[in-house]
Order: sequence, then structure tokens, then C-alpha cells
Amino acid sequence: MASLGAIDTLRLTAEEAMGLLERGEVSAEELHGAYLDAIAGRDGEIHAYLKLVEECRSTGVPIAIKDVITTEGIETTAGSKILAGYVPVFDSTVAAKLKQAGLPALGKTNMDEFAMGSSTENSGYGPTRNPWDLERVPGGSSGGSAAAVAGGMAPWALGSDTGGSIKQPASLCGLVGLRPTYGTVSRYGIIAFASSLDQVGPITKTVRDCALLYRVIAGRDPLDSTTVELPSPVKLPSSADLKGMRIGLPKEMNEAEGISPGVKAETERAIALCRELGAEVEECSLPLSIEYGLACYYLIAPAEASSNLARFDGVRYGHRAKDSRTLIEMYERTRDEGFGDEPKRRIMIGTYALSAGYYDAFYGQAQKVRTIIAREHAALFERFDLIVSPTSPTVAFKLGEKTHDPLAMYASDVLTIPPNMAGLPGLSIPCGLSEGLPVGLQLTGPQFSENVLFQAAHALEQALEFDFVPARLKESA
Amino acid sequence: MTSWEPVIGLEIHVQLKTRTKMFCRCETSFGLEPNVRTCPVCLSHPGALPVPNAQAIEWTIKFGLAVGCKVAGRALFARKNYFYQDLPKGYQISQFEAPLCVGGHLVVPGPEGASEIRINRAHLEEDAAKTIHVGGVEGRIVGAEHSLVDFNRGGTPLMEIVSEPDIHSAEEAKRFLQLLRQTVVELGISDAEMEKGTLRCDANISVRPAGSSELRTRCELKNMNSFNFIGRGIDAEIARQIELYESGGEVRQETYDFDAASGTLTAHRSKEEAQDYRYFPEPDLVPYEPEPELVERLRAELPEPPSARLARLAPVLGYETALSLVAGGLDDLYERLAGEGADAKAAANVLMNEFTAAGVDPSAVNPSELAKVIAQRSNIQRAAFSEAIAASGTDGFAAADFVSQSSISDTSELEPLIDRILEANPGQVEQFRGGKEGLLGFFVGQVMKESGGKANAKVVSELVRAKLSA
Repeated sequence: MASLGAIDTLRLTAEEAMGLLERGEVSAEELHGAYLDAIAGRDGEIHAYLKLVEECRSTGVPIAIKDVITTEGIETTAGSKILAGYVPVFDSTVAAKLKQAGLPALGKTNMDEFAMGSSTENSGYGPTRNPWDLERVPGGSSGGSAAAVAGGMAPWALGSDTGGSIKQPASLCGLVGLRPTYGTVSRYGIIAFASSLDQVGPITKTVRDCALLYRVIAGRDPLDSTTVELPSPVKLPSSADLKGMRIGLPKEMNEAEGISPGVKAETERAIALCRELGAEVEECSLPLSIEYGLACYYLIAPAEASSNLARFDGVRYGHRAKDSRTLIEMYERTRDEGFGDEPKRRIMIGTYALSAGYYDAFYGQAQKVRTIIAREHAALFERFDLIVSPTSPTVAFKLGEKTHDPLAMYASDVLTIPPNMAGLPGLSIPCGLSEGLPVGLQLTGPQFSENVLFQAAHALEQALEFDFVPARLKESA
Repeated sequence: MTSWEPVIGLEIHVQLKTRTKMFCRCETSFGLEPNVRTCPVCLSHPGALPVPNAQAIEWTIKFGLAVGCKVAGRALFARKNYFYQDLPKGYQISQFEAPLCVGGHLVVPGPEGASEIRINRAHLEEDAAKTIHVGGVEGRIVGAEHSLVDFNRGGTPLMEIVSEPDIHSAEEAKRFLQLLRQTVVELGISDAEMEKGTLRCDANISVRPAGSSELRTRCELKNMNSFNFIGRGIDAEIARQIELYESGGEVRQETYDFDAASGTLTAHRSKEEAQDYRYFPEPDLVPYEPEPELVERLRAELPEPPSARLARLAPVLGYETALSLVAGGLDDLYERLAGEGADAKAAANVLMNEFTAAGVDPSAVNPSELAKVIAQRSNIQRAAFSEAIAASGTDGFAAADFVSQSSISDTSELEPLIDRILEANPGQVEQFRGGKEGLLGFFVGQVMKESGGKANAKVVSELVRAKLSA
């Protein structure tokens, strides 16, 4: 049996960990313990976790769970003070599926409050730092999950993605992140931000790990009316080339304003590699989706959020302001004390967008635009198997760089939002380094094309040979 | 002086008697200890999601079909957003655009003929929880120290029915509501009891000069919890508005509570400050598209609606009697009795006055035998008649048993009895023979008394007269 010191949590993939367990080279408790040790060593400076699960409660590969995912008996706050101390009485469907698959929880990871943000700086419990550079953000809102995996503090993790909250932090932390087709993963027990967009997905070191974890969580759930059965089972990718694959390059996404030269260069290198691997690559266009996607998102998501967050009223659970004299006063003070600035901002935007006299011009109009975005994408997928672009216009930015400019922060999701609005699956894989920081490539396919995305991404991953261990930690190791 | 025409529309909430709640599988309940029928969904814990109750949807469609509504091809649930402690999500899942049923009507018979009241829509939503205010007067919020919330009722399916403003009197509003209630009860989808709150009614009321077709500012009347209060409340509001106009005032759009004890209206809240509910399609639920086969199956299951039966019976029996029969579930038996030739009024009276008390299942009755009993009613003694009614639902019930048994018409049996009475009353016999024929009733009465009420009065009377004139 291997000694615990032999477990290199920075490098070990979930699939490899599974092998160790199967061959009896390590026990689940030892594996779980190795990650807890890594957390003890590194999370002081990274702050990926909000809550740890000290006891190994199952027999498989341990996992980090974003704190937006309800876990029975384990405090779940969605990164918000308003839920401080809230211990759910039930498991989300995905948490139940992890248990059924035998994957023990390592803990709950930090996030932007109610998944509203792109840097994890909006957490009510302090920011998470990027394991590649502690001065920089890990992305968000699933920044804690991404930092946990990149920092060797979890072999894999679950995040959630509304406007890019899996894809973008995966990109900024040099990891693989899947935002699944809307409706393939249950939202039951996921603390809702924007119901028509929220989707849980894996953040992993490899594409195969990503497929393995997606297989665990996907499928119709009778408790979530918006879920559907997968049209075909999840396949583990093994292909080494892209022969016969038709890849589109939407020019608006690849030449968007704000894409840094380094990101552009690494993306182009990956695209050239696609050609070498046998893919037919051709430029295409998504003019309306890119022009209106972000604006449309910032009406629909806040509108739904303004309603979803109404339940945090201090009556039944979570924070309640003390000594209020009337019901209204209790609501106002509870919500003022409990919510941070970003949820308050979005509640106000969303309330406005739904108000009498404004509904048609804002929410109603945004829904129409959303239909157009979906059609524009659907038309492209008659010609292409998938489309490719950078995931994030830039590499990880510095803490504090965008916190005082919400619009600049919102713009970091400009490339991930449009396909999300269309309900499409998107996979981000690391494709190189710029300024020593990871660059992510976004692969988007039609609905239910996860298997195609896995195949293509796996072939690229093999050719790219990206090392997911942060350079900084390699040196210190 | 102007004469005024009231214009009234009703908004009715019917609690459906499904086994479980609208969006979770907690059992529905009444009168249990607080908060024992709750779960993460109906307590709105973070992450919980609604799953619609198929039974409630089917029943609402069924109701819609029963009142001639069009069933939506694609119905949407919507969120109605407002804050209140009895609304745990901060929004109620209801329907706004694309309700399940639109555009029906009820034909409401009345003393001055039938009127057609159009139904704008029937949709589904979830009921709120119940708040108990502690420390105030009679559970009211004013002066209360604190409030407790009981979520047992929260999430119970509610069907909301909205009428068009086609109602023109308090009396007509009551009749419409009674008929609607009867329709719902007969479909078996609700107990619809106002006292228990399973049927609730709000009224939108305005008045206009008679003959005009304008719609003036309306007021809403809420929380009327009996048919009687609805009538009185609407009348009070109509009177208030007429008085306002006649004294040169204007009606302001407001909501009132009717206090039945004092007969007064108290203003609720001004509509200017009313909530903006920010309705939008419920993103946690997919649009509901009823299968055409389902709609057709439900349509085929529909019984004849009470409105049609009421319309048939009211001209013959009068509205009140017809409604009593229909509401009592006796109109079918009535019609079968009438079909056997029974006298309409007699049959209706027997059913209303005797039948219900006897607790007989009307569907078990052989109508031709019962019709015979009713036809012979004057020849059957009270006790025997009651026995006949009580036995009318049993197997082998035959009118003959009661008609023959019940009165002694046999002369050989009656004669000795009559002789005894005449012998015992020589003075009265003398007077009769002297021309005081009114004493015949006295002799018949004595014989009846002696026979324990079993003698056939008609036969006795003939025998007495014959004997005394001999």
C-alpha cells in the first residue's frame, strides 16, 4: 500500500484516484484525509472552502461541493450572510446522486453570494484566491470549487453556472469545466439565482474526469419539472483526433472587444491545432447573440433573482433582524443586513424590469431576444458540430480590480452568456498560458451534444498537453 | 330621480379536495395541529422546487368544461410576487397569461327568468398559509403582540373563477354563486363550504344610471364568508355608491371588508397604494399542454350540469323549490317521479319535506312504486306514509303493501266499531237525526280514534251516514 505521502493531490486526477481505490492501494478514508491535509496546508491563503466535512462518509473519490448546492445536515449558505447557520433538512438531487455514487464530500466551497459575480469577491465570507497567483481572483461564481481543484485540495468539484460561473473560473484556474445542456441536471436543492439559466456541472482536471462526473449527476428528476432524460448515455472520450468534426469560429466571439492579445494568441494556437487534428474549421457569425446577449441576460437573470430571493425574509430560516416592531420593518432590516451589495443591485434591477409599465420594454423584450439568440445558434449548428472561442476575454484579474466597476465585471462573461441564454452545453478547457496564467477555450455544441464536446475536448487536451498544476505550487512542492 | 343599475363581477376561490397539495406531496388537511403537513417545498426552503398536482389540473379542466370554457392548448403558471408572512416564497404560483380555462358561462334561472353570466376564466393557484395573531382582540392584527404562521393550508390547490361584470343585483350574485357551488360539489372536486373557507368570494361592484352601458369606478368587497353576508354586503356597497353619486360625490377605487355584525363596510387599502404583483411566467415549471384525449375523456365524464336541470325545473316548481331539489341531489328522482305521472308539487314537497329526513338514497328508489304511494297519499295514514318513505329505497319496495295495509276499509271489520260508538253517544245520534249533520265529523273522528288511526276515513264516513239515515 502506498504511503499517504505518495498521494500528490495536486496532480492526481479523479480517474487515477478511482484506480488507486479499486486496486486497494489507498482507502477512501486515506484519500479523503490526504485532501484534508492539503486543505489544512493551503486553504489558509486560498480560502476555497467555507465548511469542511472532516469525516469520510463513503467509499469513493472525495468531492468538493459549491455552497449553492443543498446538503442535508451540512451548513449551506450560498455565500450569503443571510443564510449563515442554515442547515438544510434535505439533500439536493445532485448531492443525493453523489452519495449514491459513493463520493464523499470534502466540504462546501466559497462562491459569489447567490452565484452573483465573476470573481468570488462577492462572497459574504471573504474572497477566494487563485492558486496560480494569490493576488488574483479564481473567477466566479464557482471560484471556490475551481480553486479547490487547482490547488490540489479536491480531485474534482461541482459548480453551478448561470451566466458562465463554471466555464469562467475553470478557465481562470486552468481546469476543465462543463456547463451542461439546460434541463439535463436537476436543480432540485440548488439555491436558485436565475431558474431558467442555473445548471450544475463538474469542474475537473481532465475531460475524462468531467465526463465521469457528468455521468453521475445527469438525468431526469421527477422533483425538477424542467429536467429531461438524456437522449444517449454519457460516453467516456478516448478519441485522439478531430477527423470529420466541423468547427465554427464565430467572428464576433473571437474578435470581441476586450479580448487580450495573450488570450487571442493562445486561442488561435488551439484552433490551429484543431485543423492539424483533422477538423474542418470555418469562420461564422453570431451577430445578434453577441451584441444583445449580455444586455438580455442582465434583464432576465436579475428579474428571476428578484423573485427567487424573496423567500429570504427572516420568517422561517436564516438571518432575522432583531427587535423589529413591524413585519415590514423586519423584512427590510433582515434583507438589508443579510444581503450584500450585488444581490441588492440585482434585486433592484430585476424588480424594475418586471414592474407594471416596464415589463414589456424590459423583461418581455428580453424574452423575445432570447428566442432570437436560440434560433441564431440553432442555425449555426446545422453547419457545425461545435463552435469555439475564448472562454474569458482575459486571464485571471487582480483582486479589487473590478469590484468598483460592476459593468466591467459583468463584461467578463460576455462570451459565456450567449450560449447559456440558448440553453446550450459549453465546455471550457485550458489551452495555454498568457502572462503565466491559464487561458481557457470554450467549446459550445447544440443541446445534448455533451458527448461530442467531450470527444473533441479530449482529443485537443491530448494534443495541447497543458499542465494543470499551477507553476507556483510546483515550485513550492 | 335617476334609477341606478348595479354592475357586479365575482372572483371566487374554491379549495380543491385533492389528497395532496398543489406543488408538493404533503397531504391536504383541515383542523390539525399547526405545521404538521409541511415539507421543504411548501415551507419554501432554499432550492426546493414545485411539481404540479395532475389531479388538480384535471379537475380544473373538468370544471372549465362543465361551464363551457375553452381549455388552453398551452397553459402557463406565473409568479405573483408580494411579501407576506403567509406566503413563504415571496410569490404565489398562480396563472396570469394563458390560464387553464377561458370564456365560459352559467345560465342562472331566477324568479324573472334566466340570465346568462359569463365566466372570464378559471385557473389554478396555491393557497396561502394561515396567520394567527396573538395578544390582540379576537385574533386581529391590531394590538397583537406577535403573529404565528401555520403552514398546513399553505400550498393547497385553489381554483380561481372570475366572472364577467354581468351580475346586476345582490340576489343574482347569490344565485350565481349557489349554482357555481352546486356545479363544483357535483363534480366532486371541492366541498365548497363558505364556513370552512373552502369557498371564498370577493365582489367587484359599481353602479351606473339604468340604461347606460358605461363601467364606472368599482370597489372590491372582500372576506364575505356566507351567502347571506354576500347578499347584505353587496346591498350595502350598492347603497353606499348610490348615496355618494346622489350627493354629488365620486366613488374612489377601494377595497372594503363587510362586517356582518354591524352591517358596515370598512375600507381596506387604497388601490393607489395597491401592490404591483410583477407577474412573470414561472421558470420552475414547463408550459402545460393538455393532451386532447385527456380533455375529451374529461368531457365525456361530465354529468348534466345543475344549471340545465335548474333551468328545466324552475318554471314548473319555482326557483327556490327547484334549487332545493337540485342542491339536495333530489332533482333526478323528482324527474323520474314526474315521469311516472306523479303530481309535480306533491312529489317536490314529499321529496323536500320527508325524503331528506328519512335518509334514503334517491338513486336506490323505484320511482314507479314511490309515485303510487304519493298518488295515494290522502288515503294513507301519517305513520304508514312515513314508513313507506323510509322503505322506499329498499329492495322489493311495493306501494301496495302500504296502501292496503294502512287503512281499514273492510266493512265487516268497521261495522261493529261504528255500532259501539253510536251506542255510546245516544245524545249526539238524536241531534244528528234532528238535522245537525255537522256531527258526522264527530262520529268519524271517534271511530278513527278507536281504530288507532287505521280506519279509512272515507269508508267510515259513508258507513256512519248510512247507519244514521236507516
